[in-house]
Amino acid sequence: MPPMHDALRSPPMRCLLLKDAFRHAPDRTGGAGRDTNAHAYLMLSYLLQRLGLALVTCLFISALTFLIIRLPPGDFVDAYIANLTASGSSVSHEQAEAMRREYGLDQPVLVQYARWMGRVLQGDFGVSMVWRRPVTEVIGDRLWLTMVVSLAALFLTWAIALPIGIYSAVRQYSIGDYIFTTLGFIGLAIPNFLLALILMYLGFRYLGLNVGGLFSPDYVQAPWSWARVWDLIKHLPLPAAVLALAGTAQLIRIMRANLLDELRRPYVVTARAKGLSEMRAILKYPVRAALNPFASSVAYLFPYLVSGSIVVSLVLGLPTVGPLLLQALVAQDMFLAGAIVLLLGVMTVIGTLISDILLIWIDPRIRLEGRA
Amino acid sequence: MTAADPLASAGQDRWAEATQLRLTWWRFRRHRLAVISLVIIALFYLIAAFADFLSINDPHATDARRSFIPPQAIHFFDENGFNPHVYGLRGVRDRQTFQLVYTPDPNRKLPVQLFTRGYTYNLLGLIETDIHLIGVTGAQRGEGIFLLGTDQLGRDLFSRMIVATRVSLFIGLAGVTLSLVLGVLLGGISGLYGGWVDTVIQRVIEVLRSIPTIPLWMGLAAALPNSWSTLQVYFAITIIISLIGWTDLARVVRGRFLALREEDFVVAAELAGASQGRIIFRHMLPSFMSHVIAAVSLALPAMIVSETALSFLGLGLRPPAVSWGILLQDAQNIQVLSGAPWLLSAAVPVILVILAFNFLGDGLRDAADPYG
Amino acid sequence: MRLTLMADQIALAVRDLAVHFEMEQGVVRALEGVSFDLRAGRTLGIVGESGCGKSVTARSILRILDRPGRVVGGSIVLDPGSSGSTDVLALDSNAERMRAIRGGRIGLIFQEPMTALSVHYTVGNQIIEAVRQHSDLSKQAARDRAIELLREVGIPRPELRVDAYPFQLSGGLRQRVGIAMALAGDPDILIADEPTTALDVTTQAQVLDLLRRLQAEKGIALMLITHDMGVIAEMCDDVAVMYLGRIVEYAPVETLFAAPRHPYTRALLRAVPTILAKPRQRLATIGGAVPHPGARPVGCPFHPRCSEVIEGRCTAAVPPPIPPGQAGASCFLEVPG
Repeated sequence: MPPMHDALRSPPMRCLLLKDAFRHAPDRTGGAGRDTNAHAYLMLSYLLQRLGLALVTCLFISALTFLIIRLPPGDFVDAYIANLTASGSSVSHEQAEAMRREYGLDQPVLVQYARWMGRVLQGDFGVSMVWRRPVTEVIGDRLWLTMVVSLAALFLTWAIALPIGIYSAVRQYSIGDYIFTTLGFIGLAIPNFLLALILMYLGFRYLGLNVGGLFSPDYVQAPWSWARVWDLIKHLPLPAAVLALAGTAQLIRIMRANLLDELRRPYVVTARAKGLSEMRAILKYPVRAALNPFASSVAYLFPYLVSGSIVVSLVLGLPTVGPLLLQALVAQDMFLAGAIVLLLGVMTVIGTLISDILLIWIDPRIRLEGRA
Repeated sequence: MTAADPLASAGQDRWAEATQLRLTWWRFRRHRLAVISLVIIALFYLIAAFADFLSINDPHATDARRSFIPPQAIHFFDENGFNPHVYGLRGVRDRQTFQLVYTPDPNRKLPVQLFTRGYTYNLLGLIETDIHLIGVTGAQRGEGIFLLGTDQLGRDLFSRMIVATRVSLFIGLAGVTLSLVLGVLLGGISGLYGGWVDTVIQRVIEVLRSIPTIPLWMGLAAALPNSWSTLQVYFAITIIISLIGWTDLARVVRGRFLALREEDFVVAAELAGASQGRIIFRHMLPSFMSHVIAAVSLALPAMIVSETALSFLGLGLRPPAVSWGILLQDAQNIQVLSGAPWLLSAAVPVILVILAFNFLGDGLRDAADPYG
Repeated sequence: MRLTLMADQIALAVRDLAVHFEMEQGVVRALEGVSFDLRAGRTLGIVGESGCGKSVTARSILRILDRPGRVVGGSIVLDPGSSGSTDVLALDSNAERMRAIRGGRIGLIFQEPMTALSVHYTVGNQIIEAVRQHSDLSKQAARDRAIELLREVGIPRPELRVDAYPFQLSGGLRQRVGIAMALAGDPDILIADEPTTALDVTTQAQVLDLLRRLQAEKGIALMLITHDMGVIAEMCDDVAVMYLGRIVEYAPVETLFAAPRHPYTRALLRAVPTILAKPRQRLATIGGAVPHPGARPVGCPFHPRCSEVIEGRCTAAVPPPIPPGQAGASCFLEVPG
């Protein structure tokens, strides 16, 4: 328990009203004329703190990634030999050892980790042992497409959840509110890969077409061009919507609950008492306040969307890293799987970091006082 | 409305003397959807407990002759009045492939009866028996009741789904128990001691939350040795999904600890000289039990979805174990699915259970603040 | 000017105001036939325990009562007797005319200066908005007006403070900002809802001084809601004592303190701590608690806590209300029978 309470143990202080003694925040007198340097310092320290945390997270992800790669008994060479044996050819013990040396598999774990990290930092993720090509080449556009799909889902989530959340809170218990709440619950309850599966089935059964993929057949192998980008944009809505469903349902509920909370606050009465129209009073004050937790929801929504894109991609056949990761894991293609897990993790952390920085600009309390 | 009403004042006394959990229960009862959900969940767990008794055919028995039989209805009446029966199977030679295809034969009626003998199992793990709720008599090899049809290997989907219920629900329960232990322990320590301990735990949670979980799970699950038994894999998967699920529970517990620490009644207990243990267990724990229960019922569906997703990808439980995810794995191929859409029926219990848990958790969360 | 000409004129007449809260558990009668007048240049104090309907009265006048609250009867007339008299209750709560009255004719000052201001905008932003809502001033002119208002309410260095966020100001300064905002539309009626409750004693005195000064300068009709008898004694001309949604006593302030007529008023005055009390003397309290508004006692609502209850009368019927504009108490002790 905090020592601050100790002062209260003396008898005369006990009769102090506990409520009043603790409820009121300490007075921050001093006014507006605060030193701008102090603000800059607070902001910088906040930024550095977030940056440091992001770095620690990345390091943690890399260690975990390497652990995953090292966990299975036996290594890639064993898997590779098993593969070759199954297809009829055989590999001698010497050849196997040579392969292990070639891939550095005979070194201690920490050395392997350090060497791997060292190369990763130089942008060299090694060679995919199954594809026999550099990992970066194998991954190619897939990483970016994963991010494109996840970001599209993120924007869709916001674009749908914000207006509906506001509507549901302002018109609490209206028919519209009930409909959206029910839809939201159903949206939460359908795992996105199941939704993808159901949509695929319905598309195939009733429209006779494959609703999966991110490109039309003509553009799958085509080099990047404006036409291909346009083709991508045309194919984005379905996977983005599938991915966004659960997050949207959740954000609507968050927005609704927060806004309902904020609508009860005295400053709303102040705004009304000024003579503002209802619409303006609500949009400027409580919605603005409810926007903060909403904006910070990126921090957890983004990793969640990236996660979801992996499974959804498998069902919808999207050319993201999802299917590749599954193949790599099954084949124990350690450099490829490791690179994908690491890159996904790091990019997610960067996305979260960006949203953190944006949040600073949104909330004057963080911007000016360095506290959330 | 009058105060002289003795019933009203008696009601108020009842209200004033009720314990926190009792108040929560009273408030919970008012959420009709949550109560219905509770009943549904209870039914599901009952089905899980008596899975073998309720299943009609051996869920593992394969029979190439009855591959992809569409769902069969039980016909309750025939020309002789009430006479529940299903149709037997008849082999027809396909005109193109000349293969023997088995289809239902309306001329062969198999009477459906209660408490028939089937495969042997242990009821509740105690009594060895071969009595099943329903079954047919006079069936030839390969015939039976296939309420939801059969899969490619001729296994009865209905029985498989019932047995899968047991696996999927209990893996969720086990996972959430593990998460709860971790969450309450770490969240409690974090909220109680504050300071650097709190900082470290909070940072660890932030790190874990900013990682896309599915790639990590996939990596960990793929790393499980092939030689492990079904049971070992089961436990390993449970641990994997609970490793990350604890963060939400820890946040709830910590949040409640921090909020309660400032509450008047806790400060008062402290001033009165109550020991820390007494404050935690006598004053704080009862008032956030309901929050924890609510958080658990919201964490459970997430666990179930995680297992389903992993098994769906082929990285979770391995056959012969049966879970909803494993059943859905068969529905992954769109060609297979378009020919045998009943394979998708395993999506129904998944969605139903998640929906019910979400409503239940929501109702519990609302009820957790009985004075609010 | 209009204001000085209308000194002592009735600015707002509230008659038989009744407000119900339609809850799941039943209808709660928050206000039952409340009547009073606000006069230019004079201060009406409204006093009573928590939950007696003081704030509901204030919000009803501004037509900003939240659901499930609903005005079910009575009238609230601005400028009664004049050609431009308006029944506020007849207007649509979100209509242009009602919004012009809100903030333009009637200003509202709040209890909690921290929560009554939004932390997301600067003080200036929030005042300028109110200024521009009720005038055609340009942005720059409105900003100058905001700074002027801040100076008027005694905030030092207003040209700097105008860009401050509320959380950068002390409680006293925030309450001054709240007053400046209430004045932004140049209203002639001010409703102050417990304006000093959240402040420490010295700041309280400063804020009360400020309100008195502004009232004297502008001839404002002030309605001061409080539960503090000290504030009433210091500030008010007339006092209305409220209990469970009814005015139980109405009197000029001197009369009220010298010769309180309702047992509830007497009990309230006994409960005020005095510096003349002997050491260790117990403070007088009013027995019992305010009943739940949904469980209103039969008869005089105060009878279960009244020390002078007349069995058979107080327990059977509600005493007649005080005629508007007259001093008196709503009590059977007043009515011979």
